[in-house]
Amino acid sequence: MYKVWMKFSFIWQEKQNVPNSMKQFYHFIVKEFYHIFRDRKTLFILLGMPMVQIIIFGFALTNEVKNTKITIINQSEGASAARLVQKIESSRYFELYSQSTDAAQIDRLFKKGAVKIALVIPNDFDPSIVNQNKGQLQIIADATDPNVATALTNYLSVIVQDFQKELNSNNTIPYKMDVEARMMYNPQLKGAYNFVPGVMAMVLLLVCTMMTALTVVREKELGNMEILLASPINPIKIILAKAVPYLLLSIINITTILLLSYFVLDVPINGNLFLLYAESILFIMVSLGLGLLISAGTDSQQSAMFISLVAMFLPTVMFSGFIFPIENMPLPLRIISNFIPAKWFFIIVKSVMIKGVGLKLIWKETLILTCMMLFFFGMAIKKFKIRLA
Amino acid sequence: MAKLNSNHKAIIVDKVVKSYVNGKKKTIALDQISFEVAAGSLFGLIGPDGAGKTSLFRILTSLLLPDEGTVMVDGLNVQTEYKTLRQRIGYMPGKFSLYQDLTIQENIEFFASLFGTTFEENYDLIKDLYIQIAPFKDRRAGKLSGGMKQKLALCCALIHRPTILFLDEPTTGVDAVSRKEFWEMLQLLKAEGITIVVSTPYMDEATLCDQVALIQEGKILGIDTPEHIIEGFDKAIYAIKSPNMLQLLKLLEKDPAIEHVYPFGEFHHMVMKQKEVVITIPEDAVMHKIRPNIEDVFIDLMRSHA
Repeated sequence: MYKVWMKFSFIWQEKQNVPNSMKQFYHFIVKEFYHIFRDRKTLFILLGMPMVQIIIFGFALTNEVKNTKITIINQSEGASAARLVQKIESSRYFELYSQSTDAAQIDRLFKKGAVKIALVIPNDFDPSIVNQNKGQLQIIADATDPNVATALTNYLSVIVQDFQKELNSNNTIPYKMDVEARMMYNPQLKGAYNFVPGVMAMVLLLVCTMMTALTVVREKELGNMEILLASPINPIKIILAKAVPYLLLSIINITTILLLSYFVLDVPINGNLFLLYAESILFIMVSLGLGLLISAGTDSQQSAMFISLVAMFLPTVMFSGFIFPIENMPLPLRIISNFIPAKWFFIIVKSVMIKGVGLKLIWKETLILTCMMLFFFGMAIKKFKIRLA
Repeated sequence: MAKLNSNHKAIIVDKVVKSYVNGKKKTIALDQISFEVAAGSLFGLIGPDGAGKTSLFRILTSLLLPDEGTVMVDGLNVQTEYKTLRQRIGYMPGKFSLYQDLTIQENIEFFASLFGTTFEENYDLIKDLYIQIAPFKDRRAGKLSGGMKQKLALCCALIHRPTILFLDEPTTGVDAVSRKEFWEMLQLLKAEGITIVVSTPYMDEATLCDQVALIQEGKILGIDTPEHIIEGFDKAIYAIKSPNMLQLLKLLEKDPAIEHVYPFGEFHHMVMKQKEVVITIPEDAVMHKIRPNIEDVFIDLMRSHA
């Protein structure tokens, strides 16, 4: 790979009569690529990480209700109860784990972890529907994870309501209200619509912030910086040259993520692809600036890594709205979230990619990111020391 | 060129003080240091580890600012004119600081490009060095032996034809043959008109310099040509040998007439407090008066300042 680069650099030098300072910058970037390409393991991780994350989030870490095991305690021997069980069984949300008449089973199965939800159909279910037009059912859910329990209960209730409507179709009821809910932009309620933008933000932040911070600090740790500082190269060029290769790597990563989510996870790209790339590059620059700022203030790879992870990665996961909705947070946390670049990028990607909006509707977020980028780069250059210590 | 004129000063260091604050403790690394280096000369800075050699090098190369005092290198103030200065100096830090994952050739070409020059342009200056490492030019720097690393580092420090070359302990951890070759190379560079400032913990290398400064605990104990330093030593010095050297050393250390005694090769060297003095030595010991060498002088200087 680097032989190609050497050849490329050779041709470049022959064909172009670039001024010295451009040449110096160019050689510096080539050198950065050598570092990246020769550290095969790291390169592999950098390019493989987005794929792994998309696959993990797409297939494993889903919170959609799908084929959840359910136990039904059916004490009724009537036809309606049997029809209800059949309906639940045939839905794609639930899978019948066991059916019995013994209510004590529920506790046993919950403790075993075999099922998370149970439906109890009492023995007077059928007669009371026929005689009193009223039937009682009980849903029991394992609420150790309240979110899952709520979701499962809702899904099961909907199935029961559907069933009720079917029963009623023969009768006429004086008043009836039908609520028709439409899920805009994501009619199938797919989690991928939410996590693809989230994974993009996370991967870009990891690659750009952490890797650039590490690469600058490594030069300090190994003593290379001592020679660089004693040479006439402008410190601004040192840090900009460090950023360029990671910018290119990140563009590759965005492409991988978009291809995977479009073709494998069926997430549409409704907006302008060019705008999506432009906004992503803006976010990459913000992350690079942040990485360079971290590197300017630290002297060891360990502390650079620690700061990138704790100060940047965790807040990104928590405050970007990707996992926990910001709207539900208390005010102080909502204010903090405004300082997290990933929050704005997350909004932009969701708007452009899923809702298909143009720049007109996301100019505010774009402006905020642009300001953050200028601030981080400005601070990084300002804090970069022209001497040791 | 005016720089070749021996009256011209390549380096002027005037009352430089540098201290480091580590928590509440303040360590003085350089204490009121002043000296001058003539252009085109080979200047040696000799001193033990922790004497302040590296701090001084970093100040001379504009990497650190002195707390007090002024430093002029090649007529430029290291504090204000560092940008121009950094184009003219070559610096080889004590720790190997090239890129370990780049090959010999890539390292040299990268450093050439840093200074806006090319490998070909200044090839004649590094030719003698380069041909020694050329067989391994596609090997990564991290995989080289100690001596080869030093040669490569020197190549990289020279690739832009600096007017002043700073070498911080270039021969530390290098085998005797490579050390000798290295010093021969320095003589060739001197002949090219490059001023060289070199530091070393090995006192025997002092005689290879035009001028040496002995530095200890941030102070310069003496500064002169190696010949003058030896001539200036006016104490009586003897070499003594016996079958039981350790016992002899312990015995002599107790003798009040002896200023200091230390092992030196197969002998002990002892410096007397007065020129004419009578001491008792064991019967089986052999003793004779010697001419001091530069190491004796340095040991004497260092012991009397400790």
